[in-house]
Amino acid sequence: MATEHVQPAEVWTPIFGRLTLDWIPYHEPILVGTFGAIVLGGLILLAILTKYRLWVPLWKDWITTIDHKKIGIMYMILGFIMFIRGFADALMMRAQQAMAAGGAEGYLPPHHFDQVFTAHGVIMIFFVAMAFVTGIMNYVMPAQIGARDVAFPFLNNFSFWMTVAGALLVNISLFVGEFARVGWLAFPPLSGSDFSTGPGVDYYLWSLQIAGVGTTLSGINLVATIFKMRAPGMKLFDMPVFTWTTLCTNVLIVAAFPVLTATLALLTLDRYLGTHFFTNDMGGNAMMYVNLIWIWGHPEVYILIIPIFGVFSEIVSTFSGKPLFGYKTMVWATACIMVLSFVVWLHHFFTMGSGANVNTFFGITTMIIAVPTGVKIFNWLFTMYKGRVRFEVPMLWTVGFLVTFTIGGMTGVLLAVPPVDFQLHNTLFLVAHFHNVIIGGVVFGVMAAVTFWWPKAFGFKLDDRWGKRSFWFWCIGFYFAFMPLYALGLMGVTRRMNAYMDSAWQIYFIVAAFGAGLIALGIASTFIGFFVSIKNRKALACGPDPWNGRTLEWAMQSPPAPYNFPQEVHVRGRDEWWRMKQEGFQWSEIYEPIHMPKNTATGVLIAAFALVLGFAMVWYIWWLAIVSFLACLAIGIAHTFNYNRDYWIPESDVAKHEQKGALA
Amino acid sequence: MTMLDTPLTGRIEGPAGPAHSADHAHASPTPIGFWIYLMSDCIIFGCLFATYAVLGYGYAGGPAPHDLFEPGFVAWETALLLFSSITFGIAMLRAEAHDLKGTTLWLIVTGLLGLGFIAMEIYEFNHLIHIGAGPDRSAFLSSFFVLVGTHGLHVTGGLIWLVTLTIQLNWKGLTSANMQRLSTLSMFWHFLDLVWIGVFSFVYLVRLV
Amino acid sequence: MLRRLKLPPLLLAVLALSGCQYDVLNPSGWVALEQRNLLIISTLLMLIVIIPVLIMSVYFPWKYRARREDQSDYDPEFEHSTSLEVVIWGVPILIVAALGIYTYIYTHRLDPYKPIEHLSAEDAIEVQAVSLDWKWLFIYPQFGVASVNELAIPAGRQVEFKLSSSTVMNTLSIPALGGMVYSMAGMQTKLHLVADHEGVYQGRSAHYSGPGFSQMTFETQAMSDQDFAAWVSNAKGVETPLTRASYLELEAPTIAAPVSYYSDVEDGLFQRIVGLCVQDGKVCMGDMMMQDMQGGGGLEGLGNGAAYEYDRYRRIDGFGNPIPFDPASEGESHGHGHDDMSMNEDNKTAHPSDAAKEYAQNGY
Repeated sequence: MATEHVQPAEVWTPIFGRLTLDWIPYHEPILVGTFGAIVLGGLILLAILTKYRLWVPLWKDWITTIDHKKIGIMYMILGFIMFIRGFADALMMRAQQAMAAGGAEGYLPPHHFDQVFTAHGVIMIFFVAMAFVTGIMNYVMPAQIGARDVAFPFLNNFSFWMTVAGALLVNISLFVGEFARVGWLAFPPLSGSDFSTGPGVDYYLWSLQIAGVGTTLSGINLVATIFKMRAPGMKLFDMPVFTWTTLCTNVLIVAAFPVLTATLALLTLDRYLGTHFFTNDMGGNAMMYVNLIWIWGHPEVYILIIPIFGVFSEIVSTFSGKPLFGYKTMVWATACIMVLSFVVWLHHFFTMGSGANVNTFFGITTMIIAVPTGVKIFNWLFTMYKGRVRFEVPMLWTVGFLVTFTIGGMTGVLLAVPPVDFQLHNTLFLVAHFHNVIIGGVVFGVMAAVTFWWPKAFGFKLDDRWGKRSFWFWCIGFYFAFMPLYALGLMGVTRRMNAYMDSAWQIYFIVAAFGAGLIALGIASTFIGFFVSIKNRKALACGPDPWNGRTLEWAMQSPPAPYNFPQEVHVRGRDEWWRMKQEGFQWSEIYEPIHMPKNTATGVLIAAFALVLGFAMVWYIWWLAIVSFLACLAIGIAHTFNYNRDYWIPESDVAKHEQKGALA
Repeated sequence: MTMLDTPLTGRIEGPAGPAHSADHAHASPTPIGFWIYLMSDCIIFGCLFATYAVLGYGYAGGPAPHDLFEPGFVAWETALLLFSSITFGIAMLRAEAHDLKGTTLWLIVTGLLGLGFIAMEIYEFNHLIHIGAGPDRSAFLSSFFVLVGTHGLHVTGGLIWLVTLTIQLNWKGLTSANMQRLSTLSMFWHFLDLVWIGVFSFVYLVRLV
Repeated sequence: MLRRLKLPPLLLAVLALSGCQYDVLNPSGWVALEQRNLLIISTLLMLIVIIPVLIMSVYFPWKYRARREDQSDYDPEFEHSTSLEVVIWGVPILIVAALGIYTYIYTHRLDPYKPIEHLSAEDAIEVQAVSLDWKWLFIYPQFGVASVNELAIPAGRQVEFKLSSSTVMNTLSIPALGGMVYSMAGMQTKLHLVADHEGVYQGRSAHYSGPGFSQMTFETQAMSDQDFAAWVSNAKGVETPLTRASYLELEAPTIAAPVSYYSDVEDGLFQRIVGLCVQDGKVCMGDMMMQDMQGGGGLEGLGNGAAYEYDRYRRIDGFGNPIPFDPASEGESHGHGHDDMSMNEDNKTAHPSDAAKEYAQNGY
């Protein structure tokens, strides 16, 4: 016996599969407390919805919507909710490691701690960063190219709800059973059926698989949108940089996510059918999993950061009052990064015994990526050069990003040098590095984007003071939280330990925990900022173009009408809106009916049954799996029998919308 | 995609609106969207082919391809699928000639050929599992079952689509929306044919020679 | 700016707190020293471009702030400059080229599979290191002894590690001596290290491997040749030999196992560990590969799958306890055999008596 605890016995009944009462963690106070809080919050929400009669509007205007703007906003809400969950995990880890030194056990046993770090990674990447980035792309890109919506509006709604279904499945694992204890990439053989016998890895697999369907379809959708839906006259090299980065990211999604789908499917088969893809015995090869998952995994980090490069490009040029320096360089640098991101995956496992030549090759390709990335940084710097830099909150995040991301880039190149990586692989140096680029890059970028486009979405600006507080807490908190981890990494301290003997390390972990506390204040400031701004929305109200923007989304009303633009825009070059403003552009007051797609409940229904399917598969409830799969299929087929999916907005309605917008 | 989603622009049947609206300036995004989907599907198959290439020689003391595969059987399977591609092509030609009956007839022939293919595959799988050469016997068999089985699942999906669309064609006629659906399904069907040629060559042919 | 003022003092404070623990920056072995040197060279090379970028990131937004008095230098059309573009592409390319050359040289020189050049190969100590759940087994084939969770090496002589694992992946990491390499079941990887002077260095598994991972540590004792000889003879003195049977006992999952020694290691044990065939009746990986290269076992081979099975005899639950596997009841575990063949709904629970028998037969 390794510990006094044992896992619930393996029993299987036809009705409940392997789910027994033993799998409900009612003896864990943390989980019971969390569950109570969520139930309470849920009840309050239900009461509010009922009291203000919001059920019907919620269903009609949001859940079934195919409007890319509303879907974009819903992605952001999903991202923020999951962010709270993921950040709670982070706080728990920081607290545990600050306590468990020199023989102390802390408050989280390995069985729990290991779930926490796995869940933190999975949630932050798949359901926070991806949700944020997809939300921003969804909201902004169609507007930037002068389109009324994405190419496949229903698929967009379906993709979103599949992502939600995946997120829900991860959260269900909190209260029913357990989550995986294998790290965010679930390397076999550890994640195989023999060394992870519980339902944890199955939750991992099914939630990622369900969310992955959404991500892949959304990628296809946005690529098709950029190729086919641009306003007349907009050539590829007239597109705003954010649209370019959206294109590159979605090409990466379409090319990389199928690899994840295939890899996870093979691991699923290993666990469910006893196949031998990644087992130690019978000819299986676990290293193949490591290769495949990183062939997806490396492009994945660029999927997250590339759109953020676009966000900063828009912000820097807007707040410097200048066009972006080196537009073409920027586009080509992005394309370079996109292509190169597929030939560097092996740098994640230099230490797995590949030869010196292989390691050298992948080390150097990785360093080469630093060149276009560095060029981008210079481009932003020279955009500010000879400009008029306005220090609004988005610009603060941008400067914070430039400094932080540059440091993260440097440590990244260090890790790309194979002999150095031999020492730093799997240490806290690595953890510090990727948080440095993900927080300094993606999180700062998302916060900047939220502040930048919030007025477009809602018609009023975010409160300045809380925005600045949020930035400073985040920024200082980040350095407090992760500089100690760099230091620990240089002492050779390994990641994912729930306890350690050397009490000299403890002070660093305590400083890191303090940093995490500062970040918590930053997050709180963000939410308080939202609340305060909504309360003061009258005072903060602004016109459609509060920042003196350059691209077409600022030509829409704030908040935009469902059809985005009352008339079609004819594009003549880059920064079209800037040119239109200089020419004194006015929308015509002669309106025409506008052709739009209708809302549909199909997406949310299929996703709901996909969630049931995932849950049933996790617990081996075969009858429910079959029923829910057939339900998904039937709803999908029934949807194809509906030929009446679009409608016309009459000109009188368009005129009404436009007048209302003019008054605001 | 074309079945599930009405693209925002393009030839859509809707309530009558003003003719020649500016909104219809765009070409339909469906072909390119579906083509991108096929490319991503291609990558899934690419992973499975790669897996077969890496693990396909791990017999774990069990049988190898020449113990299990019968060239004649596979040749018949291949013939069925190839012919179904041809018959689908004829169905498309009939549809373009506005011949609903002919289209339906050739779609049914296509479906039957596809069904025959699937039946043969199920027979083969069942036989292998029955003699103990199931996907859990060795890495080679795991990768074989999954690569061939994934293709089989795609064909099954194609068959469900084909049946649905045949019903819809006879319900709504050869309208522009249905024509788009038909041409998208034809892309899918030919794609599966192409993948099968890969399977036939790399899984069966090369390993038997 | 506040942020930039905060950073260096923090780093300095951190460094001042404990200078001697920085195993990576202040190593005790030649390999780690070379790796440290490369780390510093790379950092300095990158600082050539990083420092100006950091300065510009703060200086430009301040210098070109919208509220400055003299705005005559505002140039709203400035968006391209060929000479600047040459510089911003050129400088990073040159730095990466220099870094690439260093990478090539050092990666080849520090290839963990290669013996350390300047040390005698005859003097090398061979250590067969096996990561078990959750402890390290070190076998010394030259001396016929083995130890658990303690690595003794003579200082100044190179150590050739041959690594493998009994179940999941781990890495052998002794930061004071040099970088880590993965240990994986059914495979052998290699690592060459040396301790330049005597001392005690911490080692551990640095790749997460399950419930007992945090305690999967060992002390590396680098000692003089005499002390090492004494250590070996001490190990020889213990009564427990490391045979296939006692290995299977040792292999059972434990957390924070105490240091222990084995005298007299059975010949070829490590090869059997790598071959996943310590247990009786199992075909070794090497033999399996030979057989597979000659076309596999044919249809007759279908029945003897059990001789090639390994993982399912080592099942554990989420807390690290072994779960006995009974091959007689194939349908028992839902993780396996869920094809049409072995779908056997009646056999859901293992028979305790059979399971116990199997448990005993298999060593745990």
